[in-house]
Amino acid sequence: MSLIAITEVKKRFGDNEVLKGISIDVARGEVVAIIGKSGSGKSTLLRCINGLETIDQGSIVVAGAQFLPDEVHLKALRLKVGMIFQQFNLFPHLTAGGNVMLSQMVVKKTPKEDAEAVARKMLDRVGLAHKFDALPDELSGGQQQRVAIARALAMQPIALLCDEITSALDPELVAEVLAVVKELAAEGMTLVMVTHEMRFARDVCSRVVFMHQGRVHEIGAPEDVFANPRTPELRQFLGVQ
Amino acid sequence: MTEFSFWDILRNLLLAARWTVVLSLVSFIGGGIVGAALLFLRIGARRGMRVLSRGYIQLFQGTPLLMQLFLAFFGLGLFGIDVPAWLAACIALILWTAAFLAEIWRGCVESIAKGQWEASASLGMGYLQQMRYVILPQALKVAVPPTVGFSVQVVKGTALTSIIGFVELSKAGSIVTNATFQPFTVYGLVALIYFALCWPLSKSSQLLERKLNVAHRNH
Repeated sequence: MSLIAITEVKKRFGDNEVLKGISIDVARGEVVAIIGKSGSGKSTLLRCINGLETIDQGSIVVAGAQFLPDEVHLKALRLKVGMIFQQFNLFPHLTAGGNVMLSQMVVKKTPKEDAEAVARKMLDRVGLAHKFDALPDELSGGQQQRVAIARALAMQPIALLCDEITSALDPELVAEVLAVVKELAAEGMTLVMVTHEMRFARDVCSRVVFMHQGRVHEIGAPEDVFANPRTPELRQFLGVQ
Repeated sequence: MTEFSFWDILRNLLLAARWTVVLSLVSFIGGGIVGAALLFLRIGARRGMRVLSRGYIQLFQGTPLLMQLFLAFFGLGLFGIDVPAWLAACIALILWTAAFLAEIWRGCVESIAKGQWEASASLGMGYLQQMRYVILPQALKVAVPPTVGFSVQVVKGTALTSIIGFVELSKAGSIVTNATFQPFTVYGLVALIYFALCWPLSKSSQLLERKLNVAHRNH
């Protein structure tokens, strides 16, 4: 059974239909890259999986948790899928450690000592154990994004959604974040990522989804999608003729 | 005819200034509490409450404080309730302050980046948890300078209560003038006392703004 089942999802903003019936199944342990031009609906799709956007039609089921727009269902859904954002969105008033501890204590009611132990472990996992007491202001973009990953991991999600997580980074900082993601993938974490890093998508992902105008235009293994693009839209997007 | 020394005048004005200070404090603290409640209704999930709160704020921001004082003082009297001047002054100023503070604070809450809401939501926090642990701690920092700045308006607003007969600094000024026939000296002193009360507040608002901005430079 698939871990994330997206079935015929439609979403419109006013007159603009952003998602026109999307169906994707993601199996446990899969790493799926969603590529496409801006405005193709890829970020919106990701945000729907986490319940940050409501859907108009269709269904999204994550490990048995149905997407329904009330607080109880949303919370159940969000405990299963973590999300990492382009702009990191660390809490600026808390230290790196505090960022990783907060939701454990508030949402899961984990005692402080245990939350701290988990936070130290997760920060160590992203290579930032020594930055436990640093404020987000004092960290580079790449470090902030790694803290954000640690923060999501601390909730022990079964899948992670990554929304263009390297797009706001200086080029030399991209690698350190991708290295962390690659490691997660190797450990068997289910990942759905919207990305512009084609090389990364080709090397790490098990499947690539090309979205175009609110639809899944092509889907397949990275070697197929990148080596033999079937549609002119994908060929144009990849810059091959 | 009795002679009044400069010292007599100043002493009487300073004694009355105590009431200006007390009234300011009561208005500010009371207004802060009512304002916080209004704020939560204003940005809360319930539509009816949002509309109600917005209506309240518009009403109190859109009418002169003087009218509000009159209404509190004479309006309740129409229902046979005898309202002493000090009580009417407190009620009107608290309600007026609350409307402005609620609106100032709403701006502060809304200035917090949307990503903070999304990040905390994606970690499974509910609305109240987001507010308590993520949004308000940041919004409070933003809110301190404008709130302290607004307290200056509250201090000056208390002057209007003289019109319903509450004896604070301004009212004392006119009483002393009537007794001494030295309006320039008396009102000059009154102005200086107001300035002595307000200036430290404005100055600290400025300093706080600079200080908190430094701590927050990247956001």
